[in-house]
This record gives sequence, C-alpha cells and structure tokens, in this order.
Amino acid sequence: MAEFIYPKLIGARLRSQLSYRASFAMDFVTQVLAQGYELIVILILFTQINALGGFSKNEVLLMYAFAGAAFGVADLFAGQLDNLPTYIRTGSFDVLLMRPLGTLPQIMCSDIRLRRIGRITGALAVMIYALTHVEIAWTPAKVVLTIVTPLAGAVIYSAVWVVACSICFWIVEGREFANAVTYGSNAFTSYPINVYSRPLRWLMAFIVPGAFVAYYPSLALLGKQDPLGLPGWVGWTSPLVAALAAVVAGFVWRFAVRHYRGTGS
Amino acid sequence: MIEVRELRREFKVATSKGLRRNYKTVTAVDGVTFGVQAGEAVGYVGPNGAGKSTTIKMLTGILVPTSGDIKVNGVDPSKQRRDLAKRIGVVFGQRSQLWWDLPLKDSFDLLRSIYRVSAEDYRRRLDECVELLGLQELLITPVRQLSLGQRMRGEITAALLHAPELLVLDEPTIGLDLESKERLREFLADINTRRGTTLLLTTHDLDDIERLCPRLMVIDHGRVLADGPLEELRAEVTPDRELVIDLREPGPAPDVPGVTAVRSEASGLRHHLTFRRAETTAAQLITRVVQQVEVHDLAVVEPEIDDVIRKLYQRQPGLNIDR
Repeated sequence: MAEFIYPKLIGARLRSQLSYRASFAMDFVTQVLAQGYELIVILILFTQINALGGFSKNEVLLMYAFAGAAFGVADLFAGQLDNLPTYIRTGSFDVLLMRPLGTLPQIMCSDIRLRRIGRITGALAVMIYALTHVEIAWTPAKVVLTIVTPLAGAVIYSAVWVVACSICFWIVEGREFANAVTYGSNAFTSYPINVYSRPLRWLMAFIVPGAFVAYYPSLALLGKQDPLGLPGWVGWTSPLVAALAAVVAGFVWRFAVRHYRGTGS
Repeated sequence: MIEVRELRREFKVATSKGLRRNYKTVTAVDGVTFGVQAGEAVGYVGPNGAGKSTTIKMLTGILVPTSGDIKVNGVDPSKQRRDLAKRIGVVFGQRSQLWWDLPLKDSFDLLRSIYRVSAEDYRRRLDECVELLGLQELLITPVRQLSLGQRMRGEITAALLHAPELLVLDEPTIGLDLESKERLREFLADINTRRGTTLLLTTHDLDDIERLCPRLMVIDHGRVLADGPLEELRAEVTPDRELVIDLREPGPAPDVPGVTAVRSEASGLRHHLTFRRAETTAAQLITRVVQQVEVHDLAVVEPEIDDVIRKLYQRQPGLNIDR
C-alpha cells in the first residue's frame, strides 16, 4: 500500500494548484517562454556559424532538447527542494520528520508544479523537430535509448539537485549556491561539452555527471565519434550513471538530515 | 510508555561579533530523567527557553540527543523514527501538518494513506472526532480558511486517526479563545480517560494542567524542578491555604488559634484568613469560626497554580527568574 501514498500526495498538490486557476495558466505560459529563450540563443548563434564543436544546428538542438526535457522532469520533482530553506526556517521540516515516511520523497511530492510541464512540452517539441532533421540510423536499441535518455537525465539532474540543496542543512541560505549548480548544469548540458575549457569540462561532465544527460547519449544516437576520445559505448551508460548518482544523492541526503537532527534549527 | 534517563541536549549558537563568528554551546536540556506510564496525562511546563520543546522533539525522534537514553513505546526515537511515528500522535500548536489549500477532509484522507489505516477504522475514528469536536461543517472547508480554533481541532483529529497510544501536544491551546480551549480540554480529557491514550502536553496555560493533567512536571534551565501530582506540589510549595468569610454584619475578624487574618474588605464584611494545611483541616477551622461570628458565606481558596509554579522557580537557589 505504501507505493500508493506518493501518487496521492501528488494528486493532493495538483488539486491545491487548481484552486488558483488563473495563476496556473500564466505560470504555464511563462515556463514555455523560459524554455524558448535558450532556444532563441541557439538559433541566433547558428545564423553566424555553421557548426559548434563539430555539431550542426539540429544536432545541438537535439542535445538542447534532451537536456531540456530531462531538466523539466527533474524540476517537477526535485525543484521542490528550492523550498528547503523555508522548510527548515519555519519548522515544517519537523512535520515531515513526524511522519512514518522518508523526508526526501515527502518534499518531492509536496509541491509538484504542473506549470513546469510547460517546460517539458517545449523541450519535447524541439526534440521531435531535431530527431526528424538529423541523420540517425535507427535501430530498436536507439529507439529505447531515445526514450530512456530524458528519464535517466532527469534522475541525474535530480541527484545533482539533492546533493546541492543538502548544503541548506548547514547554511540555511545556501540556496544561491544550490541554484548555481542545478540551473548552471542545465545551461551547461544544453551544448556539446567539447566547446568548454578542460577544467570546466571535467567538473561538469564527470564530477557533476552532466555530460551523460544529453551529450554522450546524443553521440551514440548520431553514431558520432567523441571528439574527446571516449569510446562509443559510453553513450549507452547514462542509466547506469543515473543509478549511481541516485545512490550517492541518497547517502548525501541521509547524512545531511542526520546533521540536521543532530544540530536542530 | 516513556522512559527518559539523563537526557541532555546541547546546541551550538553562533554569536556574531563584527565579521568574526564564534560559537558557544548552550545546554537546552540538562540531565532530565522521568518516566510516564501508559494512560497517564502529564503536563510539562516551564518558561520560554526552559527546554520543553527540545525535550518533545527528542521524544518524537525529530532531534537526536547529545547524550542520555530515551525509550518511547519501547523504541529509541532517534534510531527508529518511522516505527515510532506510526504509533504516536504529535500536535505542534504553532505548525500545521494539514494541507493548507485543500479541504480538511482531504488532509484526513491523505493521512489515512500515510498511516495505512483501514477504511473501517478510519471511518469510525473520524466520525468520533467529527462528532466530539464539531467538525461536520468544516470538512469541506480549505484549511487556509479555518480559524485557529477550528484548525487546532483539525490538527488533533489528524493526530488521532491512526489511534496512537501516546499523544504529544506542544502548546495545543496557544492563541485560542476560551471557548475553543475548553472544548479541546474536554475532548482531550475524554480520550485520556475513555480510550486510555497517554497524554504529554506542554503549555503556558495553567488551566490546561488544572483541567487535564493529574501530574505536573516543571522544567527550567533544562532541569526538572518538580515532578508529581499537582495537589502534592501545591501542598509542598505553598503550605498555607486561605479561607474567605463573608459576615452578616461588619465586624472584626474572628480570632482562632493557628489562623492569621491577612486582610479585610468591604468595611469588615469580608475577611481573608490563612491557615497551615498541615496543622488544621478546613472543617475544624470552619467549625471554630462559626462559633465566634455569624457567617453569611465562606470559601476555601487554594493557591493559584501560577503561584505554585512561581514559587517552584524561586525555590531553586542560584536561578535567575527574571524571564
């Protein structure tokens, strides 16, 4: 029965939002537009150049769309962690600890914002456009890869989010830092990573495993060689990286909550 | 039900001085030991910052003690937080566990899922609370539109849906009007006596204690100053009782051995007399008084519970009580 609790918590949240219909509609549109801004940047960029890091406009759009969709899904669940400082400051976090459920899933289901679906919708549209305008030698495995990539990416982003937000248990106003990591890694992963300087690339590709959200899966899909020299199978490992990231995030969160209960607010 | 031994809890508090940040250690709970039997109703009182809420948070597994042992319902709260959560109910007067934008009933439905209450038990328990707390009209109201008193009744219902053996309440009557307070007290007294639910409550309103809790624990500076039945504490701390008599005709106070006339009012129509509770019973005293003067009305006044507690704070040597 436990597995049915979280859908109910999410449902409750959605009903709450529908009690404010007008603001919901406005937010939805804002989200679609927000996702669009980045798209415009890429399109303008490609009026000046023909290729970015060896990738065509549509190939870059594919990476952008994978990253956008993954980020959108992650935002839907992990985005609630942005409220963590408020939870801690007002003592609502104690209420979560009072219940016979884990704190992390409770927060993730606490404030699902339907309007964020606007972001996902925009990214999916670009994804469909890009997929139909790039050269892909389709195989059944690649179809699966296309579907799994945004989901694995969402898990990776969520894990990054959890780890980054855990800092709020030490510094209540650590949100700025957390946002820099989460939103920053989204901006990063929207482009081929070989355009970045080496230290940044290492940091954002392998420490924060952002390169596995869009870049490597896209290479595998397009059948392209990695300009940085990693073998082709790396593009198929995103789900593995995602699972690993989730485990690490789980440990970091537990450690952080233990710190909170050890120090109090 | 609850066993606490040598419980301590320290906090590091940042003291900013210019750009430098120093930390000092504050001991919020300083070696607290007590036990609560199943079915008891215990009032836990003390001034702000005495360590009440910190103790409650440790009992419910929210905070981990610095040292000492706790067993609640046979489990260690900090280690088995989730197991414990299924078996106790917690109400914080100043924070809500209800879903703000949803009708009250929806919150109850969600909690039913969270605590895995069977449909039958749920209906029975909810019906009971709804009836006793008068929630019928409020079930479809979004929580944000409830008054504080209404919301509090909702919070208590929410904490009881899984039929906890222990109900912990942190300032349940804070900010409520008299009628709401009375209604809550009546309900809590009822579940304590009829269902046998153990109650532990912190409060600033000593009427809560008088009405609900046969046993009182007083804490200050993280230490338990007194623990026992309210009556015993009263007798121990304030050895004097007061007899107020109204005479038929104005006159001097009766002169009875062992009795001190404290003051008189209404030009000698009313007299306040004090006597030692250990030396005389009220009955003996009244017999002697009515032999001397013609009494129209009389009343034996016990010291106010506030006085008892104030005296308890004062009794501690070396404590500053200017808070």
